Amino acid sequence: MAFAGRLGWSALSLGVFVALWWIVALVVDSRLLPDPPTVVRALVVAAETGELIFNLLITLARVAASFAIAMLIGSALGILLGLSRTADRLLSPWVVLFLNLPALVIIILAYVWFGLNESAAILAVAINKIPNVAVTLREGAVALSRDLAEMARIYRFGRWKTLRHVILPQLAPFFAAAARSGLALVWKIVLVVELLGRPNGVGFELQSSFQLFDVATILAYALAFGMIVQAIELGLIQPWERAANRWRR
Amino acid sequence: MTAVSIEIRAKTFPAAGGAPARPLYADFKLDVADRSFTALLGPSGLGKTTLLNLIAGVDRDFEGRVSFSREQPRIGYAFQSPRLLPWRTVLENVTLPLPKTAGTLTRARGLLTEMGLGDAADVYPERLSLGMQRRVALARAFAVEPDLLLMDEPFVSLDEANADRLRDLLAELIARRPTTVVFVTHDSREAVRLADRLVVLAGPPVRIEQDVAVTLTPEQRAMPGEIDRFRQTALGLTRGAVA
Repeated sequence: MAFAGRLGWSALSLGVFVALWWIVALVVDSRLLPDPPTVVRALVVAAETGELIFNLLITLARVAASFAIAMLIGSALGILLGLSRTADRLLSPWVVLFLNLPALVIIILAYVWFGLNESAAILAVAINKIPNVAVTLREGAVALSRDLAEMARIYRFGRWKTLRHVILPQLAPFFAAAARSGLALVWKIVLVVELLGRPNGVGFELQSSFQLFDVATILAYALAFGMIVQAIELGLIQPWERAANRWRR
Repeated sequence: MTAVSIEIRAKTFPAAGGAPARPLYADFKLDVADRSFTALLGPSGLGKTTLLNLIAGVDRDFEGRVSFSREQPRIGYAFQSPRLLPWRTVLENVTLPLPKTAGTLTRARGLLTEMGLGDAADVYPERLSLGMQRRVALARAFAVEPDLLLMDEPFVSLDEANADRLRDLLAELIARRPTTVVFVTHDSREAVRLADRLVVLAGPPVRIEQDVAVTLTPEQRAMPGEIDRFRQTALGLTRGAVA
């Protein structure tokens, strides 16, 4: 009931957005602001040639790879910073430095130093994301309960049980936060990386369309990709979060 | 089934937030007999919890030694707060410290049923009342079949009726499976009701002010009048005294 209600409001809100867009497009009447049917036609054309699916899959693969690397390294680093004061003092300035380094600088340097190849692209995206994950997970590690750690020690849980039943559940909300903000950041940066140095993917297609001033195709790709990211959020992240939180009152 | 010998040459509470370091223990010695029930009495903030943590081995920052009559005794610890894992069910909380063997699950379920928690086995702890959470913590401490049971005011902040039920339950469990118990409390009625030895602490630094054997029979322990009479004669506390 509540879910249906939320869905209804979302549909209404999006409907108003599309209507406004349509009205403005009709008033302006320019090739640079196509109306919704034109964008849908561009989407169908791109889909029929198979280019849309191919580019979306390539981009998604890059998002998945760099997201996984960033979450893995960022979490490990963040937990280390949260648990070891020495590590925090030593590495914190680096984290702040990388946190504030513009994404573009990292991308250009990665391409210059490692060549215009796939590994450089994925590495550049991951490096952009790692500091965010590390900062979030550091908060989580600092807040770990000492009471529960003592309990686990007295009852001889051992390393694996302690990690699985005591530590990771406490970090779950921080993983979820890092994953959500991470997904949003990673897929935006992946497009930039593709635009600058890859011969395929959504970013590359946007670049080609930009040179032709083909705004309809640009919007078609943005629409398709936006829907996929929304689907990941609704179908993957939110159900996992609900499952991880079912013990809460 | 363990005797414990505690010798603390020095234990200081580290300086924190501008307050200077203060000595908690200096040349303190306490021997606890095998299968005895020792109640440690004394005002709050004296360092009774610290003593339990030294025995349990989670606080190693002291000079001295804690030795047991057997190697690596299994320890059950009922903390001041229940310290359950909120993201694991009641049953999982009880079975996690246990080795994974075929009988574990059945035994844990049996213990929970005995303690009146049979219906709560698959519930998450935060959905239970504090009294029930304490019972789960007690079940966890007993499930490991401890050689040494440490209890830190396990019935504090419960209403009297609930606390009394839990005290009866504890006495019953110990009668069935005798073990060495060190029980911290500031409630001398509770101590007389349960323990066979009262150690009254004062300080700082902590010293043993009184060390009394409780000679009441199980029947006498069930009678509030007898408990008060014993407190009066053995501890010099009057009937109306709160401690």
